[in-house]
Amino acid sequence: MSILIDAKTPILVQGITGDKGSFHTKEMLEYGTKVVAGVTPGKGGRAQHGVPVFNTVKEAVKATGATTSITFVAPPFCADAIMEAAEAGIRLICSITDGIPAQDMMRVKRYFMRYPKDRRPMMVGPNCAGIISPGKAMLGIMPGHIYKQGKVGLISRSGTLGYEAASQMTQLGIGISTSVGIGGDPINGSSFLDHLILFDQDPDTEAVLIIGEIGGPQEAEASAWIEQNFSKPVVGFVAGLTAPKGRRMGHAGAIISATGDSAAEKTEIMKSHGLTVAPNPAEFGSTVAKVLKRA
Amino acid sequence: MDVHEYQAKELLASHGVAVPPGTVAFSPDQAVYAATELGGSHWAVKAQIHAGARGKAGGIKLCRTYHEVQQAARDLLGKRLVTKQTGPEGKPVQRVYIEVADAFERELYLGYVLDRKLERVRVIASKHGGMDIEDIAKTDPDAILQVIVEPAVGLQQFQARELAFQLGLNLKQVSRAVQTIMGGYRAFRDCDATMLEINPLVVTKEDKVLALDAKMSFDDNALFRRRNIVDMNDPSQSDPREAQAAEHSLNYIGLDGEIGCIVNGAGLAMATMDMIKHAGGNPANFLDVGGGASAERVATAFRLVLSDARVKVVLVNIFAGINRCDWVAQGVIDAVHATKITAPLVVRLAGTNVEAGRKLIEESGIAIITADTLADAAQKAVAAFRKAK
Repeated sequence: MSILIDAKTPILVQGITGDKGSFHTKEMLEYGTKVVAGVTPGKGGRAQHGVPVFNTVKEAVKATGATTSITFVAPPFCADAIMEAAEAGIRLICSITDGIPAQDMMRVKRYFMRYPKDRRPMMVGPNCAGIISPGKAMLGIMPGHIYKQGKVGLISRSGTLGYEAASQMTQLGIGISTSVGIGGDPINGSSFLDHLILFDQDPDTEAVLIIGEIGGPQEAEASAWIEQNFSKPVVGFVAGLTAPKGRRMGHAGAIISATGDSAAEKTEIMKSHGLTVAPNPAEFGSTVAKVLKRA
Repeated sequence: MDVHEYQAKELLASHGVAVPPGTVAFSPDQAVYAATELGGSHWAVKAQIHAGARGKAGGIKLCRTYHEVQQAARDLLGKRLVTKQTGPEGKPVQRVYIEVADAFERELYLGYVLDRKLERVRVIASKHGGMDIEDIAKTDPDAILQVIVEPAVGLQQFQARELAFQLGLNLKQVSRAVQTIMGGYRAFRDCDATMLEINPLVVTKEDKVLALDAKMSFDDNALFRRRNIVDMNDPSQSDPREAQAAEHSLNYIGLDGEIGCIVNGAGLAMATMDMIKHAGGNPANFLDVGGGASAERVATAFRLVLSDARVKVVLVNIFAGINRCDWVAQGVIDAVHATKITAPLVVRLAGTNVEAGRKLIEESGIAIITADTLADAAQKAVAAFRKAK
């Protein structure tokens, strides 16, 4: 099994007619993903790679039954697109867009609160590589061929560091159930914890690798929860040991500004809660292999 | 993005926060003229740099005569001011702010920050002004007052009033403090700030509540809709290489090691730096060329990394997802020809079209040290550095 998406998930692409949206729609289709609709306001009625395009998410959902969306919408308009998807009843919104203002994300998260918990959408990203359930479906911009189907869950803030981990595992013959990129922004749609809960319930995920980075409280929160509630082995890593304080390291969210934000502190927190920490970013694969052998 | 104190005060004043009268000056003569225009009998001449802790570093001078104002401006302008927040190189002082320095009775603290855990704006106040909030948290944690803003409705008057009363202000001061707290919030919200600190916020004998110092940072992702903030940018305050990188929308941060890094993706870039350190070397920079690392961007990245005289080895680490290794390889080859690089060059390519990329590099005839994995790349870069030394 897998979490969030599989071969049957009907997917809608917001911003399907743009350069990036169009390119990645093609890649997702080639991977075997069930892309059923696209939305670009004003371009309804045409088709993109054989996928029907609609003016609004509501129309697209009504016509195709899409339950999941991916956004390739430009930053100034993306918060609006996410809220549109939520209001149309989309259950999972994956936002690839890099550069959404933090206050816009604050408004998006607040907007989600208007729905009762069972109708509130799950959001992944923004500023992420997306989600892949290898061999089943790809909802994102990752190179699909580096992922092997298997039983390890992967959650990463960084896209390319997630690729690095996946390829190390593939080389050792270790497969992935689902890989989730939660994104590098200060305010994320969902956190490590949200996806750990799903991996906990997935019978086919046997272990999880979480890759964090400097800045923010997410890794500490997840580690504390793992110690109390998570039954499967977890390998952790935090990038940015060499990062200077107070500087934004590429990702809007990667900045050491408070106590507990640095990679060294977060690594210690992970260890204190019983996670196995990969000693360096070249040993994601080998550390996961060791943990799987022990389990 | 950061702005100067005088710019933050302009923004605050336009949102209803009272600030002492002041004018920016670029020369000692302008400073004197500003003082005569402002009137009063005491002035503070304040060095404008993008860093705090100026007072202790001699960046703020109290003056009683026009002559002293001129002298203070002469002392500060054109110098590099080193405070405990600037690092050893300091920051260049190209502007001074001349401000009327009237007596005050109390110093308070007022701050606004985007709280990542709560995903809300947090307003912080304290009766201990003029010291770092981190120090107050250590010495007197009970003196830190806070309210959380509900994003759907914004900061409410009652929340500002609660803070003002808890600060122990009298009725006249409370109403002025409420105006200040509400105004600060509006400035924060309307300018897409990520941090605003008014420290100290002072109370005068006449019950005035004034922002005596102000520090403000803005969300880079929101600058597209804040032209007025973009116009306040002062490139002299950032590392010239970082400013140059920003022009090409590359993310570059200078560090003090010897191994220059060119990587795609921020997380992988940090991991590459960590791996260099692990292998016994020191990274010279953080550089994320981004997802679509075209040949041209790679060439720009090379020029940037090589402009740092400390760089003895260059390490390129690309994990191609959206882009393709053969494009990146061509970019590296072009850059080598264009920059006539003499430093050893280690290249690790992985992901989409990796075979084609490696083939291009092999056939180029350039002395490139190739690596297959992240560990291999870091070790080879450190080994090359030791040999070059």
